[in-house]
Amino acid sequence: MNYDMNKDTQKIKNNEQHKLIDHLEGNAVIRINNVTKTFGDNHVLNGFNLVLYEGENLVVMGKSGSGKSVMIKCLVGLMAPDSGYIEVMGKEISTLDRQTLDKLRSDIGFLFQGSALYDSMTVRENLEFPMRRHRDKLGNVKDTTPLVLEALENVGLAHTMNLMPDELSGGMKRRVALARTLILKPKIILYDEPTSGLDPITAKEIIELMRSIQKKYGTSSLIITHDVDCARVISERMVLLVDGINYAEGTYSELSASTDPKVEAFFKK
Amino acid sequence: MAERIPSVFEISKILERIKQFFIQIGELSFFARRFFKELFSVPFEFKELLRQCYQMGNRSLMLVGMTGFIIGLVLTLQSRPTMIQFGAVSMMPNMVGISIVREIGPVITALICAGRIASGIGAELGSMRVTEQIDAMEVSGTNPFKYLVVTRILATTLMIPILVVFGDLIALLGSALVENLKGQVSFQLYFNTVFDALSFGDLIPATVKSFFFGFVIGLVGCFKGYHCKKGTVGVGIAANTAVVMASLLLFIVDFIAVFVSDIFYEL
Repeated sequence: MNYDMNKDTQKIKNNEQHKLIDHLEGNAVIRINNVTKTFGDNHVLNGFNLVLYEGENLVVMGKSGSGKSVMIKCLVGLMAPDSGYIEVMGKEISTLDRQTLDKLRSDIGFLFQGSALYDSMTVRENLEFPMRRHRDKLGNVKDTTPLVLEALENVGLAHTMNLMPDELSGGMKRRVALARTLILKPKIILYDEPTSGLDPITAKEIIELMRSIQKKYGTSSLIITHDVDCARVISERMVLLVDGINYAEGTYSELSASTDPKVEAFFKK
Repeated sequence: MAERIPSVFEISKILERIKQFFIQIGELSFFARRFFKELFSVPFEFKELLRQCYQMGNRSLMLVGMTGFIIGLVLTLQSRPTMIQFGAVSMMPNMVGISIVREIGPVITALICAGRIASGIGAELGSMRVTEQIDAMEVSGTNPFKYLVVTRILATTLMIPILVVFGDLIALLGSALVENLKGQVSFQLYFNTVFDALSFGDLIPATVKSFFFGFVIGLVGCFKGYHCKKGTVGVGIAANTAVVMASLLLFIVDFIAVFVSDIFYEL
């Protein structure tokens, strides 16, 4: 990271909003503090806190409609929280202008729940799309073919380059979407329900792929899911989002052994 | 029979609908303001603009041409007996030419395009919204409003006047064919009479209002699609309401255009 830890720790200690975070173990790449978000009478986030450390795989689990996707969208500036503080790689999201935010976004990969591939574009064009505004990050390359091929080879789909998204299966779409998030070599990848809607075998393949990508590129990953198997395999640390707050935190084995009824409910088969 | 008095519930429902309509108009004007703001800001999406012009212009030619041809045929066939009755059959090209160029051509073409283009844009952007493609675009550093909305509104604004001119010519051709078959009027004589009857005062207002028609079609289609909610059901609603709202606004714009051009005529 390009900012030192001591300065970072000091900043947190000085800030009253950061009192809850007292176990800083490494460089935080994402810090969410006391975030609230309301839709009408529905209080989705009620003072949510979270820290993602560099190189870590953090899983956020919560029931459907608990605000996981809202939280992840607030992280990339797709939604604005009503109150609270969101910092990504040392930059507070709410204070950034569009240009700076776009530049920061090039360091964040986002895998959407439904893949979100552009229907009217081929797989190749889908992968080239994020490069339109961030060529400088890739050294102003003229021929994008090697980059596209590399990203597709990473997900084992080099042969699909000229296909349209509707010619791909659900699992293939998810892998192409993953390749699209990798094309700009992000430092953080946000996964929104990466295994939802997939059969168990394909889901396992996606999880393996996520692990291999993390190993290869050393990315930090924030995974939003309600799939316990996915959480068990991939998480180094977990946060349970209940009633809009980070209700419980710990490793998979710690949380799965909990006797708290709200925590237990997540792990019951 | 005693007249049924509407209940308070029914009246409040009607009032709510009227309120919603004005809210929509307000939101639409904010959307239009954002369009003008983004239109002149860099980067310009020329490639996408050209693609949209091709999609909207080229792919509507057949439909506009067919409709124009039939309108020309029918208008001439139906007006002919009355014109004969008044001994004014020689005025047929003048009457058909002026009515097609000034009113029927632009309005019919715009209505057809509202059905084809506005619903298409509404459905396309709507499905992009509900499948998070617009969010994906935003996250990848591309301004989706500029890439999707500005290009589409600009494309309809530029393409509709061209389609109107094309539709007018085909409609006149249809009319000329009837005159040729029924009244032995040559094509050359027919078109000479039409162009003699037309003045700049007929062409300019019709062309100017076609640009506004194009703008309205693109604006409404994009507005409905871009703000689509409620999943796949919302996509259908977006497409449907885009056509209804665009058609309604086209008539309002037409009325204003005719009203304004009339003032200029009187000056």
